[in-house]
Amino acid sequence: MFSLIRQCLKNSTASLLANKVRSFLTMLGIVIGVGAVIIIMAVGAGAQSLILAQVKSLGTNLIGVLPGKAENEGPPASAMGIIITTLTYEDAVALRDKKNAPHLSGVVAYSNGVGTASWGSHTYDTNLSGCTADMMDVEGGEIDKGRFFSEEEEKNLAKVVVLGRTVKNELFGESDAIGQRIKIKKHTFEVIGVMAERGTVAFQDYDDKIFLPIRTMQKLMLGVNHVNMIRAKVDYEENITKAMEEVTVTLRDRHDITDQSGAGDDFTVNSAAQALDMIKTITDALRYFLAAMAALSLLVGGIGIMNIMLVSVTERTREIGLRKAVGATNSNISNQFLIESIAITLIGGIIGIVGGGIISFLISLVARFLGYDWAFSLSLLSVILAVSVSSLVGLVFGLYPARKASQLEPVQALHYE
Amino acid sequence: MSTILIQVKDLKKEYRTDEVVTKVLHGLSFSIAKGEFVAIMGPSGSGKSTLMHILGLLDRATSGTYELDGENVNDLSDDELAGLRNKKIGFVFQAFNLLPRTTVMDNVKLPLVYSEDKSDPEKRAREVLESVGLGHRLNYFTNQISGGEKQRVAIARALVNNPSVVFADEPTGNLDSKSGVQVMEILQKLNDAGNTIILVTHETYTAEHADRIIKIRDGLIFDDSKVVNRRIARDGEILK
Repeated sequence: MFSLIRQCLKNSTASLLANKVRSFLTMLGIVIGVGAVIIIMAVGAGAQSLILAQVKSLGTNLIGVLPGKAENEGPPASAMGIIITTLTYEDAVALRDKKNAPHLSGVVAYSNGVGTASWGSHTYDTNLSGCTADMMDVEGGEIDKGRFFSEEEEKNLAKVVVLGRTVKNELFGESDAIGQRIKIKKHTFEVIGVMAERGTVAFQDYDDKIFLPIRTMQKLMLGVNHVNMIRAKVDYEENITKAMEEVTVTLRDRHDITDQSGAGDDFTVNSAAQALDMIKTITDALRYFLAAMAALSLLVGGIGIMNIMLVSVTERTREIGLRKAVGATNSNISNQFLIESIAITLIGGIIGIVGGGIISFLISLVARFLGYDWAFSLSLLSVILAVSVSSLVGLVFGLYPARKASQLEPVQALHYE
Repeated sequence: MSTILIQVKDLKKEYRTDEVVTKVLHGLSFSIAKGEFVAIMGPSGSGKSTLMHILGLLDRATSGTYELDGENVNDLSDDELAGLRNKKIGFVFQAFNLLPRTTVMDNVKLPLVYSEDKSDPEKRAREVLESVGLGHRLNYFTNQISGGEKQRVAIARALVNNPSVVFADEPTGNLDSKSGVQVMEILQKLNDAGNTIILVTHETYTAEHADRIIKIRDGLIFDDSKVVNRRIARDGEILK
């Protein structure tokens, strides 16, 4: 049996080499299919790690509260841009109270908007982030110059702002901004601080922002009473569930919701860990879907192989007849052609893996060169999968030609012209 | 009295295509002993090739019995027939039927690939190739050698499994006369060494190298007799 397989492999390589161009073109379908799967899996993993790293960079022991009830485990409507006004500044104040939520080490509420800031003749369109005084306790970040506003200023509707790095540069250039007065929507604000450069975290550019006290934002800028979001930091990671419970109970109490099942809630509490899981699930699904699409090309490649194997069977009819004449059984013949088609797809698969791996690696190099924290990962699983799927394609699409070959009548096959 | 190798009784063969039945063999009975050199002769369409295919286990008779080496082959499965072809039968075809892009050595080893006997195929193939005078061509590819040499490779391949009988179907048909003589010489030498040879041909001249001729015409044995003046092929010259 071993010498038979060796003989088959020898024959296969001989016949593959005899028709180099044809073999290559046949293989190309498999090469492209496997390569595409490998690239999508690897690039997908890189993109996923990038996304997850972005989310993680905020900290994983954060919980978020959004207005509106989540539907079927998905995000609440407020995440889709619909304005829901059920969450208020007072809710954030209540959560800040240790009696209500002992496991929270910091709470920040946001009321966001956009606006044009001007200093003298310089103007700049930017994001306005009305927030509570302990924003940095929750979100991190550092003051470069000056200071952040105090809880006192937050409550008193103080007209003070802290500028993100980009905003400071756009408005003031090299000159000192601290103590200067800027105008936003006809109101004059005093610049009391400038943030250190932070870059993009969780897809938010923290440098292209103006921070101002949330009450000031709500009353003077927007004329509203609700907040867009409350974010809280949990003291220790193992307390996340407890903290979420505390937040829920506090808010239900404040909103006069008696239904403890959660069906009547007008807010949604999420943890960053949950969000990470959800993002991972979504990106995984996306990756596998794309890989499945790419794998469709393997089907096309397989049909190409079947076609060529049928041609090969016809071309080698006399050879088949001879083999039968010298004692090959039907299964000897069909095994020979099966091994040949598997050899084509396996070699194609290996070329595809190597090629796809190289391309994914180059993509990761380019991404890193462009400044993304992009990890190159070629998972063993996808390699094993690619090898086995391509062999399977060879097996499945080789089956019919092999069967056809094995069932040739020796007499007819020998005298085939 | 020598042992019977092939025994056929009332052998018939007909082909059916759609509703048309073509009768090729109308009932043949004869026997061939071990060590004979028999020529099956007849014009094209006589059924001699069909007879050879049935005797060579490449095809099955429609009715009648066929015993090879004392074994009734009528009821054997395809795989069993393949096994018998491998063990007991060697074929030499008019068109050589060598594998392209393959060395002389690998062509001769081919039957051993399907054989149960795994004792040093390399050595055995070299032996038979040397016996047909091709010891110097072992690693040549089949497209690098002459027609006569190709047919000698085919003979070596037929012999490599020590078959009970060698069938030669128009073995000189595609060769120039000098190569043809060499091939006949080898066949005769093999017969002298005790091998049973069955030669299928339409030429009287070639048939006369055998020691018995079975003439077939229209699916029936027309004549079955010993050759009186047997032709002997030697060193490229025909001696009476």
